[in-house]
Amino acid sequence: MPADNEATTTQQGERAKAAVAALSTAEQVPGGSKPDPILVADNVVRTFGGLKAVDVDHLEIQRGSITALIGPNGAGKTTCFNLLTGFDKPDTGTWQFNGDEISKLAPHRVARRGMVRTFQLTKSLARMTVLENLRLGAKDQKGEHLWASVLPFLWRDQEQSVTERADELLEHFNLVRVRDDYAGSLSGGQRKLLEMARALMVGPEMVMLDEPMAGVNPRLRQSLNEHIRGLRETGMTVVFVEHDMDVVRDVSDWVVVMAQGQIVAEGPPQEVMAQQSVIDAYLGAHHDAPLTEAEEEAQLEAVQEQLAQESEEGTQ
Amino acid sequence: MDWGSIISQTLSALIGWEVVAYSLAAMGLNIHFGYTGLLNFGQAGFMAVGAYGVAMGISTFGLSLGMAVLFAIAFTILLALLLGIPTLRLRADYLAIVTIATGEILRLFFRSATLSEWTGGSDGLQGNPLFTQQFKNLNPYGGPLDVGPIFLTQHILWVITVGWVLVALGILVTWLLMRSPWGRVIKGIREDEEAVRSLGKNVFAYKMQSLIIGGLFGAAAGVIIALAASSANPDNFAPQYTFFAYTVLLLGGAARVFGPVVGAVIFVGALVFVDAILKGAMSDGLIPTWVMDGDQVGQVRFILIGLVLMLLMIFRPQGIFGDKKELQLDAR
Repeated sequence: MPADNEATTTQQGERAKAAVAALSTAEQVPGGSKPDPILVADNVVRTFGGLKAVDVDHLEIQRGSITALIGPNGAGKTTCFNLLTGFDKPDTGTWQFNGDEISKLAPHRVARRGMVRTFQLTKSLARMTVLENLRLGAKDQKGEHLWASVLPFLWRDQEQSVTERADELLEHFNLVRVRDDYAGSLSGGQRKLLEMARALMVGPEMVMLDEPMAGVNPRLRQSLNEHIRGLRETGMTVVFVEHDMDVVRDVSDWVVVMAQGQIVAEGPPQEVMAQQSVIDAYLGAHHDAPLTEAEEEAQLEAVQEQLAQESEEGTQ
Repeated sequence: MDWGSIISQTLSALIGWEVVAYSLAAMGLNIHFGYTGLLNFGQAGFMAVGAYGVAMGISTFGLSLGMAVLFAIAFTILLALLLGIPTLRLRADYLAIVTIATGEILRLFFRSATLSEWTGGSDGLQGNPLFTQQFKNLNPYGGPLDVGPIFLTQHILWVITVGWVLVALGILVTWLLMRSPWGRVIKGIREDEEAVRSLGKNVFAYKMQSLIIGGLFGAAAGVIIALAASSANPDNFAPQYTFFAYTVLLLGGAARVFGPVVGAVIFVGALVFVDAILKGAMSDGLIPTWVMDGDQVGQVRFILIGLVLMLLMIFRPQGIFGDKKELQLDAR
């Protein structure tokens, strides 16, 4: 579909520009306010024993944008995801999605409200076909009620439309070839695609992707990038956790940096990555203070190299 | 050796009440374990509740047969709820621990001397004419079945008629459920419940429904046992019967609609056949007494069957109907 592709490319530009334009007025400070937030969180704290895994004073996510959540290992990114989607319960904290309080909701209710997540370790349903995986995602299926399930005439039409939508997504994510294969037979990258497609079956307003690139080969990585950008074009809000800085730079409109459970920096990707607080977050503050300006520069170079190396390691 | 008698016994057993009971019990486990991934090790408890629900309903509380069946169903649902509410939120292995304990608690409860006025204690509920009389009165058969090598008494014939109708219904219901979107959610929960939760499904409610449906199959098995034996005896619901039912399930192939029935036919058929052969060989003096004596036939047949089962699991781990490819899938 070359015509289609063209249309999306131009549109892509528009949506991306719109997101960047909207965020240009946002404050570049941790917990800064956004012009049109879809998600607003306050005082979210989660402790494991003596460790404060997440300690977020305030966070806003701009509607229709792609926000990257980055930070060193153990910064609390995944815990933060788990809390916001109801998979973990916070010690304190409230957050609103589209203005509705959802901080007390069970995970399946959060998903039904339109906030759907994926997982760091892909959760493909191995002994079900790819198609069945996708069909499972569809919301409000009549045949999912126990009594209706034994009366096929009640749900057959709906099943038909669900299958059509699933087939469209399979087409879009290049999974048509494996439509009837067991999901357990897919490669790591295909599983990531499947999980993303399955999340879209729910018809979410906001998708939370936990390390969508982990374990994906470089070629598929490129196409995943495009799929993530594509989500924004359909009007969705995307939040994703990622270690690969190239991906973050390529894809995101806004970056939130976490370290030791707290948000230490926020802003557009280029600006944020140059910030001292971000480098400190990754390497520790005052790791060794430079004596001269030349030394400082040498250190900066070393740091950048290390960052690049780290992102490479994340790739493998 | 009397081959005629051995064949007759085996063939009669293939359609007998034990096959029916094991089929039903394993069909319940198929719903629990095969499709939903719930490790229920307390199926014997559900069977006991079914058997005692009907037996106590009639003998102790003086209900009619129909009311007693409803009483047993209500009792089973109550048990599933009691069992499920605290445990279904936990990881799978906790359910296994709790269910095996619950099965034993129930057996010891029905067995206890204190309650023997109501439950019959360790002797079970028997001898009371009320218990099976109503069921016997409904028997449409005029006499026993004696066709070729197959012989079944009038009572057993009626029990297994009802039993096989239940099995057929169970197969139909399982098939209908598992091809529906409901079944898709259930299978999704088996694969990864977090993923299903993330797609907006109320996993707890689905697991509870599964526990109740599978439990009702188990209860039906218990009712068949009680009717066939004309007694509800606590020792018929010892934990090993749960494991026999699991054996039957894995033998036929888990998550296959016909798996439990075929597994039950093979399991019971093999037990009866080996038993008859061993007894025949003993009476002919073919087995020297230093190998085994006549009292050990019951144990030795289980040793032999166990050996065959081990070989089967090694060379055909997916069971009769299973798909080996499915088993080898990397369940990441």
